[in-house]
Amino acid sequence: MAESSLLVTPLHDQHVELAARMVPFGGWDMPVQYLSILDEHRAVRATAGIFDVSHMGRIEFAGVGAGAFLQRLFTCDVPTIEPGHGRYCLLCTESGGILDDTILYRRSAEAFLLVCNAGNRLAVLAWLERWKQPSDAVSWQDRTLETVMIALQGPQAPQRLTDLGGGDLAAGLTYFGWAEGAIAGQHAFVARTGYTGEDGFEIIAEAAAGSFIWQALVDGDVSPCGLGARDTLRLEAALPLHGNDISPETNPVEAGLLWTVALDKGDFLGASVIRQAKEQGPERRLVGFEVVGRGIPRAHQDLLVDGRSVGAATSGTFSPTLQRGIGMGYVEASLAKIGVDLTVDIRGAMTPARIVRRPFYKRAG
Amino acid sequence: MEPSHPADRSYSKEHEWALATSDGLLVVGITGHAAHELGDVVYVSVPKASATVRQFEKFGEIESVKAVSDLFAPVSGEVVAVNDGLNDHPELVNQSPFDQGWLLKVRPSNAAEMANLLDAAGYQAFLSEIGG
Repeated sequence: MAESSLLVTPLHDQHVELAARMVPFGGWDMPVQYLSILDEHRAVRATAGIFDVSHMGRIEFAGVGAGAFLQRLFTCDVPTIEPGHGRYCLLCTESGGILDDTILYRRSAEAFLLVCNAGNRLAVLAWLERWKQPSDAVSWQDRTLETVMIALQGPQAPQRLTDLGGGDLAAGLTYFGWAEGAIAGQHAFVARTGYTGEDGFEIIAEAAAGSFIWQALVDGDVSPCGLGARDTLRLEAALPLHGNDISPETNPVEAGLLWTVALDKGDFLGASVIRQAKEQGPERRLVGFEVVGRGIPRAHQDLLVDGRSVGAATSGTFSPTLQRGIGMGYVEASLAKIGVDLTVDIRGAMTPARIVRRPFYKRAG
Repeated sequence: MEPSHPADRSYSKEHEWALATSDGLLVVGITGHAAHELGDVVYVSVPKASATVRQFEKFGEIESVKAVSDLFAPVSGEVVAVNDGLNDHPELVNQSPFDQGWLLKVRPSNAAEMANLLDAAGYQAFLSEIGG
């Protein structure tokens, strides 16, 4: 993609001012790091950090038929999402492949907000169009370009939100709950969600308001963090990355995401294939592994047992918390057990690794 | 911020430096520009003492959180020492690329090879050329 065609978030000038290193990601020009990925990672684990996640898609649904429409497309049982809550769920193809992983928030009986991955936004919008019937009383609006989304993450996130007048939100919201309120005097939608394995919030506001909130957080000495730290944090928490760990070529059974699928809710896209895959049992499974000595695994590297290729890594990085290489990948289902010894082919260096329990990092409490 | 590149040593277009010492050895490291581009270094893999390296050929790897890069020797010769401190403190490459973050000490086998390297001004000009 040519650089000139990259989208920029409303916070772009603020990133440039902070001397962030910008990289193309999912069609957007995004900060990968400000000063140091490791420092940003540690800030989120120890105190708090903020991420511009405005590149993620935000699509609002309305209409008496909205719930029924979403129920046919998404894997979760939409009627059981109460207003004021959200749910992590998948959008699957007819063949059970994972088109995207998303959070679906219920705003009211007839209104929803969907947050999807940046690189999948256009595919999701096209998918919605494709499956809408003339009889569906639903409409939607892509609000991504006019709004800002900030992830405030870390053990001090509630305090930082409170510092900006969001004390009621910090005290009142439970995990995956959301509410509207004022942050730094600006109207915002605040959800207790994130992608780091820490407590935290995702804050959505109109562009100017979001830019103001971001600046208030930066001025309050909350560390700005880029996509580099976002990746090391999410991988330590063993949260899948769409396009790497899950994709239209993987199904929720092998990805270990059956818990996001309401198999008994009736028909939805991919249901019959997913039910069948569950019956038969998967041929391969997603596992987490850590390198025993030195070496950093990376996506696409071969995973071997006794010299035989049994799968491939889909994500890999250096874990700043564990101080060693960690990764996720698919291996033959019979080998997908805690404690199984693997070899990772790291550019020709046959590196010992072991399948371990996920997540790699779990916060206390 | 990009560090400046000291004038007391020679540079390769592969972003390594070589500094002559009074005992006839060359200290080898990566440039401040390279360290900055790599980001947080977490592993450095270099040959052991007595290994032979050849000018502009790969002699090791350096890995940051995000990516791995090959290391290319600025000169040919025998490795006489490696910076063991980097095992526990690879971040020295970022914090002090021209001093405490050195990688190797090499006994050069061909003094004429130094003519293939750039001086600090030449390296800086090369960086401007490549848009660094």
